[in-house]
Amino acid sequence: MAKIKIEDLKKIKDKVKAETSLRAGDRRVKVTVHMGTCGIASGAREVMNALITEIEESNVSDVIVTTSGCMGLCSREPEITVEIMEQEPIIYEYMDTNKMRQVFKRHILNGEVQAPFVLAKGAERTK
Amino acid sequence: MLELSMHILDIAENSIRARAKLVKISIVEDSAKDRFSIAIIDDGEGMNRDTANKVLDPFFTTRKVRNVGLGLPLFEHAAKTAGGHLSVKTETGEGTHVLAQFMHSHIDRQPLGSMSETITVLIAGNPDIDFLYTHKNDGRIFTLDTRDIKKELEDVPINNTEVLKLIKENIEEGLNEIGIKNNG
Repeated sequence: MAKIKIEDLKKIKDKVKAETSLRAGDRRVKVTVHMGTCGIASGAREVMNALITEIEESNVSDVIVTTSGCMGLCSREPEITVEIMEQEPIIYEYMDTNKMRQVFKRHILNGEVQAPFVLAKGAERTK
Repeated sequence: MLELSMHILDIAENSIRARAKLVKISIVEDSAKDRFSIAIIDDGEGMNRDTANKVLDPFFTTRKVRNVGLGLPLFEHAAKTAGGHLSVKTETGEGTHVLAQFMHSHIDRQPLGSMSETITVLIAGNPDIDFLYTHKNDGRIFTLDTRDIKKELEDVPINNTEVLKLIKENIEEGLNEIGIKNNG
């Protein structure tokens, strides 16, 4: 049976320890992928996977990813919320893997809001 | 919703909203009995009988932002279309147990899709919750238990992207070893 190799986990552990000792105050950006039934049905899982891959490949450690439920605008899914510290959150609509990569590179890394995909500014409410 | 792994992600999200600490996802494929079963078992809040009776009604939801709740109805529909059925066992404070059964060879049975993506997305979004994924294919078993991984990682978060990549590859490899195609 395929088992996760303990050496591999140890390698990551040592690397993370070395990195965190160099850097203080992580968590610059929080990205929330809306993962309700509507989001999942329209491709939120692929969007989130593209985001995880982008983070992994760009080697940044100050971007955290989380999921939330549906906020009632099911027809505009997949939606994501990008919250950069001390800035107003931006909600993007109709996301796909390509748009996700663009938002990651231009907005999350360079701070340029990708206006054509924006649904709204401001915090989301999911109840 | 065109893949079983998407339904699994969706139902597991319900468990997370019900404040589960451990979500068990168990898939059993049995070609001799021509059966494909999916169980999602959580230790969350559970539901009272009144709510439990309404969960398969698409016009019932506990949420306030919209008037429909399609997760379980869509999953039930997928099971029924493939000669199977879906049952929900729950009690307040006792967690929820969703079991869906399909005819394995049924032409309308949805493909499994990518379990590696479903599990990594669940772990990435919910690092504090534990997931136990077991997949049996005619007696051959693959298991992934986040509790074991966390023990090895100590204070490194499980949602570290390198760890997630390792988990994803491990699931792909593990499913391949027991003869499951991860994407179809």
